[in-house]
Amino acid sequence: MGKGLQRQRHILDFSLAALLRRKGKNLSLLLVYTVVVFSLASVMFFTQALKREAAQLLSGAPEMVVQKTLAGRHELIPAAYLEKIRTIMGVASVRGRLWGYYYDPVFGANYTLLVPEAGEPEPGRVTIGQGVARARKLVLGDLLTLRGADGGQRLFEIKQLLPAESELVSADLILISAADFTTLFGQPVGSFTDLALTVRNPSELATIAAKIVAALPDTRPLSRDDMARTYEAVFDWRGGILIFILAASLLAFAIFAWEKASGLSGEERREIGILKAIGWETSDVILLKFWEGLVVSLSAFLLGIILAYLHVFFTGAPLLAPALKGWSVLYPDFRLTPFIDPAQLFTLFFLSVVPYTVATIVPAWRAATVDPAAVMRS
Amino acid sequence: MLELTQIRKVFNGGLHNEFTALTGISLTIQPGLVTVLKGASGSGKTTLLSLIGCMDRPTSGRITLAGHQLPGLPEASAGGVELTGLPERFLTEVRRRTFGFIFQQFHLLKGISVQENIMLPAYPMGEAHPVLLARAQQLLETFNLTRQATAKVEWLSGGEAQRVAIARALMNEPPVIIADEPTAHLDSHLSREFMAIIARLKAEGKTAIIASHDPLVYEAAGVDRVITMRDGRVEEDRTVEP
Repeated sequence: MGKGLQRQRHILDFSLAALLRRKGKNLSLLLVYTVVVFSLASVMFFTQALKREAAQLLSGAPEMVVQKTLAGRHELIPAAYLEKIRTIMGVASVRGRLWGYYYDPVFGANYTLLVPEAGEPEPGRVTIGQGVARARKLVLGDLLTLRGADGGQRLFEIKQLLPAESELVSADLILISAADFTTLFGQPVGSFTDLALTVRNPSELATIAAKIVAALPDTRPLSRDDMARTYEAVFDWRGGILIFILAASLLAFAIFAWEKASGLSGEERREIGILKAIGWETSDVILLKFWEGLVVSLSAFLLGIILAYLHVFFTGAPLLAPALKGWSVLYPDFRLTPFIDPAQLFTLFFLSVVPYTVATIVPAWRAATVDPAAVMRS
Repeated sequence: MLELTQIRKVFNGGLHNEFTALTGISLTIQPGLVTVLKGASGSGKTTLLSLIGCMDRPTSGRITLAGHQLPGLPEASAGGVELTGLPERFLTEVRRRTFGFIFQQFHLLKGISVQENIMLPAYPMGEAHPVLLARAQQLLETFNLTRQATAKVEWLSGGEAQRVAIARALMNEPPVIIADEPTAHLDSHLSREFMAIIARLKAEGKTAIIASHDPLVYEAAGVDRVITMRDGRVEEDRTVEP
């Protein structure tokens, strides 16, 4: 081992011994520091994983959706529009979709009712999401009561439950037959909620959208990318709100850490003086304080990251779930796929480890530039 | 050999509280001898020691070190290396290789073991750990501290703490030992013991420069020269006959 490396090793050894001498101070600092990194990393991991989950689910969505609008609001689209769009060059297929929302006053929850493209349930039967099943305590074969647009109660038999893996977007879902859907909501026959399109060449999506708007000016085409951006924005917004709330604790920590790290006690100043007097250079003292700062901040960083990882990916983030997931009162219950964005991890590292390490070095540097003769005179 | 020429040291120069600690000091300190700087408080002993030990620089005058191998420094000329003109980095290098310091309050670091305290001056030198450990254990043995090696320094008696301070001063195997009022906090028995250790180190070829106004120090056997100081000047320079 070279002399330089030996020097680093000796000084690191001594910095660990120095940290252990001030156990109380350093452990309390480590604890608060870990909690802050844990909170930030939890929000970060959770938002990122949700966005990824949503993006994966969206990859199965139609390439384009066309809605009819009236005075800027979404309204039912006539079947005739479907035929017209089918004739536009580049459109591979068009399908009318039926979906809507149902408000359940008993549970104060909104359900999403949808007629699926494939595997449409038989009339009188439905397939429901895990959230609906949990809220209404339903199992296979039970009867689900829904109140129709005409005020009459309708009973549906639970034919199937949707798999838990898709729960992020299917928690509040009820799959229903087209006939039951139109009867329940009193929707005019020959109309759809919107139209789903596939195109021959995805790079021509914008051109096709322009042709649709030209042929049918009261429609609004939405591409899959537009929807993905909306999801991303929603999760970013939620994550941002939480980070903003956490900023208060972050600020409190910054003040706490600054005071702990930058305020050298009289004892520490005396020690730096002794080290200088027995032959340590200013750079040796700075190296000592650098290792001290790095050991505390890196330990807190790694500990916080590991705890956040366990919190989000193994326990389902019980501390964050109510704020970050779900669209209504039916919270999806699902396990996220572990995913870490290295860029975000790097940012967190730079925002936590670097400022603290610098905060420990600066006062030590100031103290270390004192004349070693001061120790002789003390 | 250390040669001091017309040393002057002024604190707070140019300010209303300007204070001249040393003036017109010219001395030659021979290697392998025990020199005691004697004088009342405020006479300039400690200031002179810190200048000799490269902890501080004189306001004017020259300090030259000759006869010692100093790695990393320009080849010493016949007249030696002038310490007063060296940059900070070299001065620290000279300090840790040439001088071992024993302070009035011992200045041991609390909370760490006796062995670690002894090894501290060697950490920045980058020597292999087993080498440092072997040297520290040798010193522990020499000063009868082996049993206390893992004890924290705050648990030590005055005499033990004093021996740890001496062992630490010797860790980098310096040719010169500098001690500032080393017996100020010791009883007569421990003060005599300290001087006996100094005599032993002299026999091993070390140079010792001690600042003290304790008669047990400047009247001790083994002291070769007593320099009496007053008001920042040398009042008397006496060689002790063996």
